[in-house]
Amino acid sequence: MRAGQKKPLLQVDIHEGEIVAVVGASGSGKSLLAHAVLGILPGNAICEGRIIYRGEELTEERKLRLRGREISFIPQSVNYLDPLLRVGKQVQIGLEKSTAQLKQRELFRQYDLQERDGQLFPYELSGGMLRRVLFATSVREGVRLVIADEPTPGIHPQALAEILKQLKTFAEEGARVMLITHDIMSALEIAHRVAVIKDGCTVEIAEASAFEGRGEGLKTEYTQRLWSALPQNDFDGEFIEKGAVGHGFSGK
Amino acid sequence: MVKKILIRLLRVATLLIGLSILTFSLIHISPMYPINTYVGGDSSTSPEQIEKLREYWGLNKSPVEQYFSWAGALLQGNFGVSKLYRTPVMDIIKSRAMMSFALMGTAWILSGFFGYLLGALSALHRGKTLDKIIKWYSFTLVSTPIFWLGLILLIVFSVQLQWFPVGLAAPAGVLDSEVQFSDRLHHFVLPALTLSILGVASIALHTREKMIDILNSEYVIFAKARGENKWQIFKNHGFRNSILPAISLQFAYFGELFGGSVLAEQVFSYPGLGSTLTTAGLKGDLPLLMGIILVSSLFVFTGNFIADILNTVVDPRIKGEV
Repeated sequence: MRAGQKKPLLQVDIHEGEIVAVVGASGSGKSLLAHAVLGILPGNAICEGRIIYRGEELTEERKLRLRGREISFIPQSVNYLDPLLRVGKQVQIGLEKSTAQLKQRELFRQYDLQERDGQLFPYELSGGMLRRVLFATSVREGVRLVIADEPTPGIHPQALAEILKQLKTFAEEGARVMLITHDIMSALEIAHRVAVIKDGCTVEIAEASAFEGRGEGLKTEYTQRLWSALPQNDFDGEFIEKGAVGHGFSGK
Repeated sequence: MVKKILIRLLRVATLLIGLSILTFSLIHISPMYPINTYVGGDSSTSPEQIEKLREYWGLNKSPVEQYFSWAGALLQGNFGVSKLYRTPVMDIIKSRAMMSFALMGTAWILSGFFGYLLGALSALHRGKTLDKIIKWYSFTLVSTPIFWLGLILLIVFSVQLQWFPVGLAAPAGVLDSEVQFSDRLHHFVLPALTLSILGVASIALHTREKMIDILNSEYVIFAKARGENKWQIFKNHGFRNSILPAISLQFAYFGELFGGSVLAEQVFSYPGLGSTLTTAGLKGDLPLLMGIILVSSLFVFTGNFIADILNTVVDPRIKGEV
């Protein structure tokens, strides 16, 4: 899978069985990238460039055919759930009719949701539970590409581990996984490579192993600063060096 | 829930009191004098007779006393006697209300069904030819005065094509007992059609707006991303999220419906509540006017009340809050 444009250049590729984390500041175009691949940009959006999926151009018709079948999407916000549809039913959409209910209950168990939670409406569940419901909607047989748009905020550690594990399972079964996230540390646990995006351009695509120590293995300064801005990497180091503590750190 | 209903009922009681005072005052300051309108052109009435009539009707009392004697009788279920028809107001309202409710009921169901259908179709085909046609139809009709539409239908279907009678609810000069159902239906079609056509337009526009909002919502974007097709999106999300507002709108539409039926009945000389209301107002028949106003405002209130209750009972989110 590859999304590319002439200028500004945004290019990401994901191989079979690989997890690529896409990180970047808010507004850098991470979600837009996901929506473009899925073909769910608003009607007035202009989308240029080419998206190659399994050796063939991913046209709108092809997206229509593959969405929800080979391509799975985990959206960013719990508002993506229908407020008037019981969550169990929402998970059943797209599953084989005869086994949908069974499969849904199994998924609920897997993500630590009660069986009766399926009878509830989204407003009756907590944010973390809704995240898990959203995640459950993505688990389908025969998925070849998973696009997860920040699936982790507001989730307690066990559920987070479960989600990361599932993403890993997707990859082990040969799917390509695009994990869009702010949480670099969790992403690094499972990602093979990390694409850093800024203002709609790829800054660099680094091996996950390069995010180590003081980030000497990272090619660009932007990525290095992003890395050192994390709390556990003495994020105020650069400010102390430049004598500008309290100056703010935009774009991190 | 019970508290909500009680508050609502209290509110309608004060509404009715206020409304009756307002109507009473308006009639009082209008230049119509009940005795003149009653006696009409009959100049043989002597001043003594007029004086007696004044006393008999209580016109020599102050307006406030008049109001309270009327309201007191009303509390005992007595709406008074119509000055115009010389029959108890309640009897007139009962017979006319049936005609009006048949008319409004038909228009209500037809416009609700077709309005929702057209609105939903329009939204689902947004920007396409079908949408343009429905939008053109709705915008044109929504800005059409109902009496004008009634006249146009009369000109086309009654005068030129002669498919339907020009007016009334039954053939003229036929005894009520001999009027066939088919005759009534024949007279019923044009007024009902007039009322329905306009209702369809406004409901279609409302439904279209609502449905477009829904189709732009995040949960529909997600549905698309999950491979649901147009029909599945409508079935799973569009219908579910739009039918509740549509139904409550439909009940809240009672007021507009009654207003429309007043004009439609007038154009077709259809003897319903609306045309009787106009006659009572023009002829200064105060008891009848008050009676119809109270009954019709109760009718409109009922519509809004049902809309409220339905929303509470059906929408899980509102139910959760109560």
